[in-house]
Amino acid sequence: MKIAVCVKHVPEGPARIDPGSKRLDRSGEGMLNRFDANAIEEALRIKGDGDAEIVVVSMGPASAADTLRKALAMGADRAVLVSDDAVAGSDLLATSRVLAKALEREAADLVLFGQQASDGDGAVLWAAVAERLHLPVVSQALELTLADATLRAKRQNEFGYDVIEAPLPAVVAVSDAINEPRYASLKGIMGAKKKPQDVLSLADLGLGPDDAGDAGSRTEVLALAAPPARGGAQKIEDDGNAAQAIVDFLAERRLI
Amino acid sequence: MTGATRPSSYPPPFDPREFVSEPTDPADERIEVGVLIVGAGPAGLACAIRLGQLLEEHPDVAERLGEVPVAVVEKGKQPGSHLLSGAVVNPRSLRRLFGAGFRLEDVPSYGPVHGEAVYMLTRRAALRIPPPPTMRNHGNVVFSVSRLGRWLGERAEEGGAMILPETPAGKLLVSHGRVVGVRTGDKGRGRDGEALGSFEPGSDLVAKVTVLAEGTQGHLTGVALEHFGLRGNEPQVWELGVKEVWKVAKPLDRVIHTMGWPLRTAAKYREFGGSFIYPMGDDMLTIGIVVGLDYRDAELSAHDLLQELKTHPKIRALLEGGERVGWGAKTIPSGGFHALPKRLHAPGLLMCGDGVGMVNIPTLKGVHYAIESGRLAAESAFAALQRGNTPATALASYDDAVRSSFIWSDLHEVRDIRQVFGRGFVVGGALASAMTVSKGRIEIGKLPAEPDAEQPLLRTSRAERYPVPDGTLTFDKLSSVFVSGNKTRDDQPNHIRVEQRVPREVAELWTYMCPAQVYEVGADEGDGMVTVQLAPSNCVQCGAITAKGGRLTPPEGGSGPEYTLT
Amino acid sequence: MSVLVFLEHHGGELQKGALGVLTKAASLGEADVGAVLVGGGVRSLADDAGSYGATNVYVADDASFDPPLPQSRVDVLAKVVGDHGYETVMFANSVLAADVAAGLAARLDAGLNWDLADLVSENGTLVGKRPALQDSVYVDVGWRSTPRIALFRAGSFDAVQTGGGAPQVEDVAVELEAHSTGAKVVDQQLEESTGPSIEDADVIVAGGRGLGAPESFALAEELARALGGAVGATRAVVDAGWYPYSAQIGQTGKTVSPKLYVALGISGAIQHKVGMQSSSVIVAINRDANAPIFEFSDLGVVGDVHEVVPKLTELVTQRKSA
Repeated sequence: MKIAVCVKHVPEGPARIDPGSKRLDRSGEGMLNRFDANAIEEALRIKGDGDAEIVVVSMGPASAADTLRKALAMGADRAVLVSDDAVAGSDLLATSRVLAKALEREAADLVLFGQQASDGDGAVLWAAVAERLHLPVVSQALELTLADATLRAKRQNEFGYDVIEAPLPAVVAVSDAINEPRYASLKGIMGAKKKPQDVLSLADLGLGPDDAGDAGSRTEVLALAAPPARGGAQKIEDDGNAAQAIVDFLAERRLI
Repeated sequence: MTGATRPSSYPPPFDPREFVSEPTDPADERIEVGVLIVGAGPAGLACAIRLGQLLEEHPDVAERLGEVPVAVVEKGKQPGSHLLSGAVVNPRSLRRLFGAGFRLEDVPSYGPVHGEAVYMLTRRAALRIPPPPTMRNHGNVVFSVSRLGRWLGERAEEGGAMILPETPAGKLLVSHGRVVGVRTGDKGRGRDGEALGSFEPGSDLVAKVTVLAEGTQGHLTGVALEHFGLRGNEPQVWELGVKEVWKVAKPLDRVIHTMGWPLRTAAKYREFGGSFIYPMGDDMLTIGIVVGLDYRDAELSAHDLLQELKTHPKIRALLEGGERVGWGAKTIPSGGFHALPKRLHAPGLLMCGDGVGMVNIPTLKGVHYAIESGRLAAESAFAALQRGNTPATALASYDDAVRSSFIWSDLHEVRDIRQVFGRGFVVGGALASAMTVSKGRIEIGKLPAEPDAEQPLLRTSRAERYPVPDGTLTFDKLSSVFVSGNKTRDDQPNHIRVEQRVPREVAELWTYMCPAQVYEVGADEGDGMVTVQLAPSNCVQCGAITAKGGRLTPPEGGSGPEYTLT
Repeated sequence: MSVLVFLEHHGGELQKGALGVLTKAASLGEADVGAVLVGGGVRSLADDAGSYGATNVYVADDASFDPPLPQSRVDVLAKVVGDHGYETVMFANSVLAADVAAGLAARLDAGLNWDLADLVSENGTLVGKRPALQDSVYVDVGWRSTPRIALFRAGSFDAVQTGGGAPQVEDVAVELEAHSTGAKVVDQQLEESTGPSIEDADVIVAGGRGLGAPESFALAEELARALGGAVGATRAVVDAGWYPYSAQIGQTGKTVSPKLYVALGISGAIQHKVGMQSSSVIVAINRDANAPIFEFSDLGVVGDVHEVVPKLTELVTQRKSA
């Protein structure tokens, strides 16, 4: 059985937008998107003591190799990084195109995603990837079990939850409430360096420079601005009427 | 001063024996490496780099060291996360480490020192004074030691070392009187020590030679010195350094040191120290204050002294139009020559750098000694491994090498200077000049030295004069902790050992002392006693508490600051 | 330029968020404002859609569409877009809608901009506006091709009945893709409302050290109950054991962005601020007039929480029952 986990290398520390490219400044240190840690952990739990193969797949700069090593340290078996100058600046559509091709190569039984990326990019990527792979998709999974080539997931929604079954192969995005990701053990960290890490270019995936990056994107960032100032900030002293003033304030803004 | 309160009267619940043990993991679960280095700072990485060079020249020895010939464990998120210094560094050690073909320009730095000035400050004025002989920095280079650490880490890995970040060394593993490695810290424990869902126990990491390069207040270094009875003639004492990095509108063209204000010069206060302002390229500078932890005023706050310093008209002008982009704090061992341990080695063990006090306070230099000591430790370890035997005396060559090096002769030259400053700045200054001019040949005679925690406390209303933070030039402690990059997990056991029921004065001492607002005066217990309340996740692991009556131990790996520019 | 809106429904009613997006779509001034309804027994909701501005409603009404699964909905929307040439497809964010929007984007090879707060017409094209980086910056985003897919933040627009006439209703017959029928809902549980979780809450009442004592957290709890919100806490009080870690908001706790954040006795240190600064409206009550929180709250009250909060709770409760 093969489980593929899509992970992202995100900027560490307070995120900044580069005013020149108008995209997220990814030049500094990076780390594993913490929501992806839940997906890796879930893969490890499903594997348990069995012999399933866990492959982490990512698209990013060469420095993302460090992040993939963390996933390997947690217990994944192999890493695949699509790293090519041409992928920088990919929007969701382009990213899903590249990841889907990489995942096709793997032909995994289960593809896992984390529920969002801490850098604000990459939400809902899983549904786009599932569509390209023509696979069923389940998101916001709070619980996930596999039995006989079928998965069973508890999906959280606004009203409660649904229990969904789907045949494998399938794509699942796990909620951060699904598990508590493990720390890598020292043995794991040391062993990670020996595990295979493949670096692929777009050409290796049968894609060209028009399929990714800015060229392959259908959306763009036009301008940046400071957020609208918190206009009309007020400060009052309580003379016994503050409670009413608050109620009036909230009513004015239709909050109550 | 009899009857005065001393923090040392309220020792922390700490016994070094708790941190020494035999390996406990089953033999096949222990992780074996060749040489284990604790600390990815200048000393530890220099050791790793030199070992890499030697092992490349001697592959037969490398083979005998197994799959991981050289491992460096680092408690911070990455090399550099916990490194902080001024720093104006003497490049000689880098040259010795990298040998022929080394180009200083390849090391990321902020360039050579172009000029310098020393000022005596009062509240409003700055009197330029000729730099004391100890403060001439011609030929030296301005570095961010955090950045240097990152660079050295890359070189060490290129040389074959395996760096293991977020891995603190919690216990010293000793078997049959010999150091055989360390036990790494647990991860995933809750506030009361309970195992959380993600709990991962530490491991026994065993090695043929263990090198402790933990930096100031090194946890296992302190434990080892106790265990092997190696403490020096004089107790170690420390200074606390607090610094900021600023983006500035006007470049600074010289290295500046100041003395005097806001520190008080009268002997009774024992406020020994000064400030430094170093350019970092054209658009940044670093400004910091250093004060000896033998101060006596319970209301002294190095953090707030730095904020006060910035309000001086001459200094405010340097920062005009700028923005604070970094902050940090760290102690510096200042006992000098007399506080060096009796020996720097024990069976299976070598100790380097700031951890054993290789710092020259009058010149404010220690980085190059750390690098040189790491290099020498590598050579000694290699020689022992090459011989294939490691009897108790195998590593003695390290001590011999350090004693014949410039580390020893430099520290010897300035051996009594720190002490004379205990007599107050003016008297001390004259004596200090006399000593340096004579290259240490004038003997003042050793003054008895006391541990910082034994200084009796006095009270002034010093805290009234600290500036109210304005958020642009001056800041409060929590904002500073934020800027240090500290986002330590809260839900973990407290890593700071202090006596929790103390006189109010002692609790206030710690509250003001700590630059990260870890301590707070808690409930009144009557009789002048209070409880001390802690917020351990604020801790930036500067080590001040260990000097002043408590004991810092390493928290969960990856905790603490994430310095990049310090 | 024609625009199509995906309408969600629950318990026999159209979802307010989706109706808000429909209202917005109608306001763009296009002649053809389409709405899509997918589910079991949804045809009867078509006229409602008309009253919020839909000129055409496309209905895929079948019991097999009842389970709230995304992929069959992608098939329906793709057919409608393909058959009628809609240039823009708009969604109100929800667990379901997000998956549909992204799946549709991949199906049609169309650009998707999400987390949008607004959409405007500029220079003959549509520009999306969205906050980014915990609301510290606003970004204008565009599409380079059509169809455009726009996913709006929940609650971005109010649902307003425009008094439009009955819409044209069309049934959609579609062949579902094989992968769209793989997933099946085998059970559903509606959750008893014990109050929202901190992450989902529209209103959060948070307490800090200024509450004075752990017992005073009752003030926060009662106010939260009255407002229908969740209770949060600062790191300081969690450290002191006054409230559980699961309620901690801040740099090392949870990050939230509710519509309303009421801060009781909270000083506003930056470690806390970064966890809640993107709340839409911030009301702070603190005895210290110089507390940093007043620098970034919309309404600051310098006063004693023990005096203000009980009165506030009472007034809110009265108002809600009126």
